[in-house]
Amino acid sequence: MSDFPWLSVLVAVPAVGALLVGLVPRRRGVLAKALGLAVSLLTLGLTIVVALLYRAGEGQFRLTEQYGWVERFGLYWSLGVDGVALALIALTAVVTPVVLVGGWDEAEPTGRSGKGFVFLVLVLEAMTLGAFAATDVLAFYILFEAMLVPMYLLIGSYGGPRRSYAAVKFLLYNLLGGLVMLAAVIGLYVQSATLRPDGGTFLLSELVGLPLSPQAQYWIFAGFMVAFAIKAPLWPFHSWLPDAAGEATPSTAAFLSGVMDKVGTFGMIHLCLPLFPQAARDLAPVIVTLAVVSILYGALVAIGQSDMIRLVAYASISHFGFIVLGIFALTSQGGAGATLYMVNHGLSTVALFLVVGFLVTRRGSRAIADFGGVQRPAPVLAGVLLVVALATLSLPGLATFVSEFLVLVGTFTRYPVAAVFAVLGIVLAAVYMLWMYQRVMTGPVRPTTEGMRDMRGREALALAPLLALLLVLGLYPKPLLDVINEGVAPTLSQVGVADPEPVQPATAEGASG
Amino acid sequence: MSALTTLDVRAVEPVATAGGVYAWTFLLIAFPALGALVLLLGGRRTDRIGHVVGTLASLASFVVAALLFVDMLGRAAEDRAVNQPLFDWLPAAGLQVSVGLLLDPLSMAFVLLITGVGTLIHVYSIGYMQHDPRRRRFFGYLNLFVAAMLLLVLADDYLVLYVGWEGVGLASYLLIGFWQHKNSAAVAAKKAFVVNRVGDMGMTLAVMAMFAVFGTTAFSGVLGGADQVSEGWLTVIGLLLLLAACGKSAQFPLQSWLLDAMEGPTPVSALIHAATMVTAGVYLIVRSGAIYAGAPLAQTAVVVVGTITLVMGAIIGCAKDDIKRVLAGSTMSQIGYMVLAAGLGPAGYAFAIFHLLTHGFFKANLFLGAGSVMHAMDDEVDMRRYGGLRRYLPLTFLTFAAGYLAIIGVPPFAGFWSKDRIIEAAFADNLLVGTCALLGAGITAFYMTRLMLMTWFSERRWKPDVHAHESPLVMTLPLLALGLLSLVGGAAMLWTAGGIVEWLEPVVGEEEHALPFPVWVLTAATLVVIVAGVALAWMRYGREQVARTAPTRVSFATTAARRDLYGDAVNEVALMRPGQRLTGSLVYADSRGLDRAVNGVAALMGGSSGLLRRVQTGFVRSYALSMLGGTVLVVVALLSVRLS
Repeated sequence: MSDFPWLSVLVAVPAVGALLVGLVPRRRGVLAKALGLAVSLLTLGLTIVVALLYRAGEGQFRLTEQYGWVERFGLYWSLGVDGVALALIALTAVVTPVVLVGGWDEAEPTGRSGKGFVFLVLVLEAMTLGAFAATDVLAFYILFEAMLVPMYLLIGSYGGPRRSYAAVKFLLYNLLGGLVMLAAVIGLYVQSATLRPDGGTFLLSELVGLPLSPQAQYWIFAGFMVAFAIKAPLWPFHSWLPDAAGEATPSTAAFLSGVMDKVGTFGMIHLCLPLFPQAARDLAPVIVTLAVVSILYGALVAIGQSDMIRLVAYASISHFGFIVLGIFALTSQGGAGATLYMVNHGLSTVALFLVVGFLVTRRGSRAIADFGGVQRPAPVLAGVLLVVALATLSLPGLATFVSEFLVLVGTFTRYPVAAVFAVLGIVLAAVYMLWMYQRVMTGPVRPTTEGMRDMRGREALALAPLLALLLVLGLYPKPLLDVINEGVAPTLSQVGVADPEPVQPATAEGASG
Repeated sequence: MSALTTLDVRAVEPVATAGGVYAWTFLLIAFPALGALVLLLGGRRTDRIGHVVGTLASLASFVVAALLFVDMLGRAAEDRAVNQPLFDWLPAAGLQVSVGLLLDPLSMAFVLLITGVGTLIHVYSIGYMQHDPRRRRFFGYLNLFVAAMLLLVLADDYLVLYVGWEGVGLASYLLIGFWQHKNSAAVAAKKAFVVNRVGDMGMTLAVMAMFAVFGTTAFSGVLGGADQVSEGWLTVIGLLLLLAACGKSAQFPLQSWLLDAMEGPTPVSALIHAATMVTAGVYLIVRSGAIYAGAPLAQTAVVVVGTITLVMGAIIGCAKDDIKRVLAGSTMSQIGYMVLAAGLGPAGYAFAIFHLLTHGFFKANLFLGAGSVMHAMDDEVDMRRYGGLRRYLPLTFLTFAAGYLAIIGVPPFAGFWSKDRIIEAAFADNLLVGTCALLGAGITAFYMTRLMLMTWFSERRWKPDVHAHESPLVMTLPLLALGLLSLVGGAAMLWTAGGIVEWLEPVVGEEEHALPFPVWVLTAATLVVIVAGVALAWMRYGREQVARTAPTRVSFATTAARRDLYGDAVNEVALMRPGQRLTGSLVYADSRGLDRAVNGVAALMGGSSGLLRRVQTGFVRSYALSMLGGTVLVVVALLSVRLS
């Protein structure tokens, strides 16, 4: 049983499912959607099995698999999960069915087939899962690049009026990053010749601890980092996201920002830290600064948005700043917080994109000014938007607070000034979220919003699991945090950093004295 | 390792673990939390029983509190702190936060106030909100408010306290904006939340600093280890906690939200001003006494903030014609007294809590009384359209009068005992602070007398079609209970069972203050100042006729007070407008400058400015080309590094 290639199967199921969906005749759109949903649920089931097997296993990477590909060049299909990867795999597996249900009818107005949407989402899921599970740098790179194609097609085929522009901008930005990363991958391979005289290696297990000159570390680290910073996205590489999210359908935007962008921040913690410890340590102050700028910049620009979807996108930029901040604080709390933040942000931002999308679909406009008083005709929708808004502003008691606090506290012990600036983000988040809620939901009912439908069954079905998780993980995040801690601890020891000691440790003597 | 450390700290604390009746401690929070859950998720099915469920949940919590209180009274003073660990909340290598409850005399006092006065407000709301179609939801929010406040005062860890802290903020947001269809209500709710978030920055930073200094956020570790930490750190943490307290307790400079919070239904004001919310800041400061003990600078800041606010609130109260806004000003002012006392350290802690409790009685009384008046007057809040109401609402008048006498500090009403102690302690500390506190008492007497005269006495100035009537029993019974407490509550707490000071002593300590003159002189002086305030008000509003519309030609001072001493104006000039300009220019820059630059680069890369329109053909070429170029460049750079 233990030799069964669970991770390969996990990646293969949505891929094969996508092919099956592709075989469904075009006219049978509902069948395609139902099949896609079933496949995504099967993947979710498999993820639960993987999580249980992970808990039963030992070591940093578990459920490892390795198959030779072109062994002469050190090419392998190598998979394995640590706590960080498992958390993100679980996020992907939860979000995919939600996105499929949430975007059930989205393809209809465009006149394109719902089948294509399902197909692309499943392909994306397979690639994302593969990227999270890959323990081979080349395989990670290939998937990192390849997933741009289905996302490009999703934005370009189903989006709004300026979708071509947005899709191209998305692609160009990310290709630019990918190409820099390719150079870095090759550079790393060249350097790894010291390990294998006959060639090089892409295996993470062999590359960790590879002795690199400081210059080589800086260059290669920077190559990876640029790609991840664009994907994440980090200021000043962010401007593709508002366009892409704004023009994509809400469920596409949800998957993009909620799951796919996490591959970038995952790459930082999965590759940048363990492979280039010295560069990570030395360049951390620079990246921390960029992260703080992202937090404040994203939030301030979000406040000034008049377009709901773009507002959500800028809020995400602010939140990615928190994630990157936590990663490069290089503390246990920061790392655990950042990883948990990836999961929680995935849940909250997917919910936010979907709810806002429901509103936009009803009103036929993305402009905040076109709404007002919606809570009267649609109280449930208003309540759900409020809960999601509160999750977005990290209200204590909801899951997002735990991660945001951990990031902040983990940053404070090493970079107090950065943490103080980042804390301003909590006020700004309240402003942009609650101001949007106020303008959309409260006030007198407008003629244009008068008969607005309240939440429907399918919409509630899509959001319910997200809301439940946001609440449960806020009150009892321990199981997830335990897994994440197991993943973060070895990474930090590979970087060679220890947490700053408390000024006055709370020892038994301290308390009694 | 650190998990063990945390446990060790717990182990050496002289805190008993919950057993017997104390195993029920968590029920205090569980009842109202469950009530909120049922009412908010239950939907329309629970519409008809909503008010019953909500009130019973709060009542059940009060019954548990009473049982615990009786048991605690029977214990020796040093055995009265009981800890109930619940579950591990947040484990992250080095930072271990677990959820646990700490019931000691300090939290017990709060629990009784919150559940007791809270339940009376629930009962009153049954009548007050009878005709509101969303009454069930209102009760759900009330329960949420009570549950959050109880978590705040029962938590044994600053981070868990923060959850309750923010829960209170959320509940107040929901209740202030309860009538969401009114723009003004929605704006006021958002303002309250955002201003509170500014305070929360202080809270967040304080907790972060605690972790950096103590390696834990638990009360046992932080408060237990505070005496071994440098004054610098304690001052920082103390000032940050003060910022947090300013937000929740509407203290200068974060006071502006409270005056707008009147947009909510009147029972909400009673809840916010009396039993919950604004008292949280005072609790936080008193609870953190061990930190302030080593941070005299932070203590001074607390005193200064309290003194400024008590004078500000009183001045604002003098100029308002809206009955609820007068009371809001008085809350600011009275909380200012408490914060002032809390800044005096162990000499003032017990008096701060004492005044907080008596204030809880008489302020709930006054607000609910004001609600009863509004109920009778078709929701009119302008006191210039009241007058002569004592004959039409006799019960409300009676109870309101008790609240009035209590707040201005007439013996033997509740406020006299508690406020007098604070003025004494203030004089013992500093002559200026004492004088301000004394002056505040006089101004309080002035504006409250003004309110009394304009509402209950003077001639009828009602709007034409108003038919004033007494409120139903479900509203007047809570008023009677609170009226009684306003009368005897102070003396009872001072003289029974050893008195409040001795009750709180194991938690907050005690310190005799030395006055430069005999106590009776000060008490007499206070009474004289109060009488002067009353007399002045009578001369202006009792002897002369009250105008039906507010006079427009008034002094600068009155204009300033009417505009809340320009609190909003300052915020607008100093924060909002620059903020708007900043976001505006960033939005502009983001869509123009930065984006254009990036697009320009993209266009260059493709070697064609028409790229963006002819994507499909352009991107393959540009990709291949630039990939090649970039790769070559980096590989060359790497090789050259290696070769050198």
